[in-house]
Amino acid sequence: MSGLKTNNAVIRWIEYRLPIFSFLDHAVGSGYPAPRNLNYWWNYGSLAGLALVIMILTGIMLAMQYTAHVAFAFDSVERIMRDVNFGWLIRYIHMNGGSFFFVVVYIHIFRGLYYGSYKAPRELLWILGVAILVLMMASAFMGYVLPWGQMSFWAATVITNLFSAIPLVGESIVTWLWGGFAVGNPTLNRFYALHYLLPFVIVGAVILHIWALHRFGSNNPLGIEANGPQDKIPFHPYYTAKDAFGFGVFLLLFAAIVFFAPNSLGEPDNYIPANPLSTPAHIVPEWYFLPYYAILRAIPDKLLGVIAMFGSILILFVLPWIDRSPVRSAKFRPIYKQFFWIFLADCILLGYIGSKPPAGMFLIIGRIATAYYFLHFVIVFVLSYVERPRPLPNSIGEAVLKGGGAPAMGKAREKA
Amino acid sequence: MNPSAEVRALSSTEVDLQPVEVGQRITVVWRGKPIFIDHRPQKAIDEARGVPLDDLPDPQTDEERVKKAEWLIMIGICTHLGCIPKGQAPGDPVGEFGGWFCPCHGSHYDTAGRIRKGPAPKNLFIPPYDFSTDTSIVIG
Repeated sequence: MSGLKTNNAVIRWIEYRLPIFSFLDHAVGSGYPAPRNLNYWWNYGSLAGLALVIMILTGIMLAMQYTAHVAFAFDSVERIMRDVNFGWLIRYIHMNGGSFFFVVVYIHIFRGLYYGSYKAPRELLWILGVAILVLMMASAFMGYVLPWGQMSFWAATVITNLFSAIPLVGESIVTWLWGGFAVGNPTLNRFYALHYLLPFVIVGAVILHIWALHRFGSNNPLGIEANGPQDKIPFHPYYTAKDAFGFGVFLLLFAAIVFFAPNSLGEPDNYIPANPLSTPAHIVPEWYFLPYYAILRAIPDKLLGVIAMFGSILILFVLPWIDRSPVRSAKFRPIYKQFFWIFLADCILLGYIGSKPPAGMFLIIGRIATAYYFLHFVIVFVLSYVERPRPLPNSIGEAVLKGGGAPAMGKAREKA
Repeated sequence: MNPSAEVRALSSTEVDLQPVEVGQRITVVWRGKPIFIDHRPQKAIDEARGVPLDDLPDPQTDEERVKKAEWLIMIGICTHLGCIPKGQAPGDPVGEFGGWFCPCHGSHYDTAGRIRKGPAPKNLFIPPYDFSTDTSIVIG
């Protein structure tokens, strides 16, 4: 069964008892055939994996030095920055690693939206991905609380108070989350416990994600299934090499931020120790939460605002059933393609609005952008019935081998 | 994960109101929460009592919210998402209704601590308290 061929006696001995080498070979090696036409947008899955590993490794090192107590947390983080050997580097990697993790994952998600990677038979793969996003958001939020600066404290207060919007039981739930009558030491302790736990839950979800991926293999820029072996190439060495190149570019940019602008993505207010009696004038979340924050603030009703905010993510879970078009790739969906870019622009606009105070024009634009965010899914549903897709190529191989083939032809047609 | 015994056992807070001048607002801590104490001038009381109840998102008369008209005692936590509204220190923004203003998401409270404008659904909460003497209170 396992096609592993090796002259190494040790590997043969292990493989016979625990077929781990053939398992790896089928997972990320030469035994895993991948579509031959994957472009660089397919690098972001492996990049997300790299970011997760970086976060876990630096996180464990930080945990060895951190103290989860309201009286010591802030000082212990400052001690990491000043006294611990390379503590500043480890913390800056962890801090900015979170941002880079989100950059990579957001690009990965929009890749999926553009090329229709969420469609049958990859619905569960997509759902697991959205679940990973939700877990990441929870981890990132709880990690942000740990330094116990002003932004940490007030982020914890505002986010836990979201649950107070739930009718009847809301207040009790918030007290239960806090372990007290306000955000305090019990809150910090449990956030630390969960912040350590959740990344490993993410690892579990990632394993399921990859498992589901390998059932049908990667989608591809054409969005059509491979007809046979002529449409595929082995993952190793072709995509391991391509991914390694992506790692290099990613690490260059990452290092540039870590070494030259480590605080550019954060809020300076978080270097003020938490003060439960004074709210900073402008509370803003980290950039990767800004679009959701804008949606929350766009709606003048507390409960509806919270519902809209959570709904903006939850709607992604059912996207495979909202978009009923049989054609996956936006390459062959002329109208969907335009709405995709409008949707992307809308999300970026929401992010910008989320960073501004909720008044005047910002509030009005925020409301329009929020309405459009949800309208997009209605448009996607309607489009799946009214849009006439372009003809699909017969096979990946044909498209690739015709000297530029269909993808290039697609581009020529766009220009015309 | 509910509060442990030592958290629940947090005692009440006693406050001497003697040194608080008319028009002065002070903040004390009870159960880890800020308590706003406002020694209201007559103008603020009149303003609060002059408002028709129909104008209020969470209708409550000023009389229901105080034990003595000149002393407004409230939990200083915005009922939206838990920020501390501005208005306690001189020079703070007090919002369009002369009371308190929450900078997080823009809720305006009036001189009785009632929500008038913005996303907060409720008036600022009133803690349980009693006047132990004419010029001191026990909260809790």
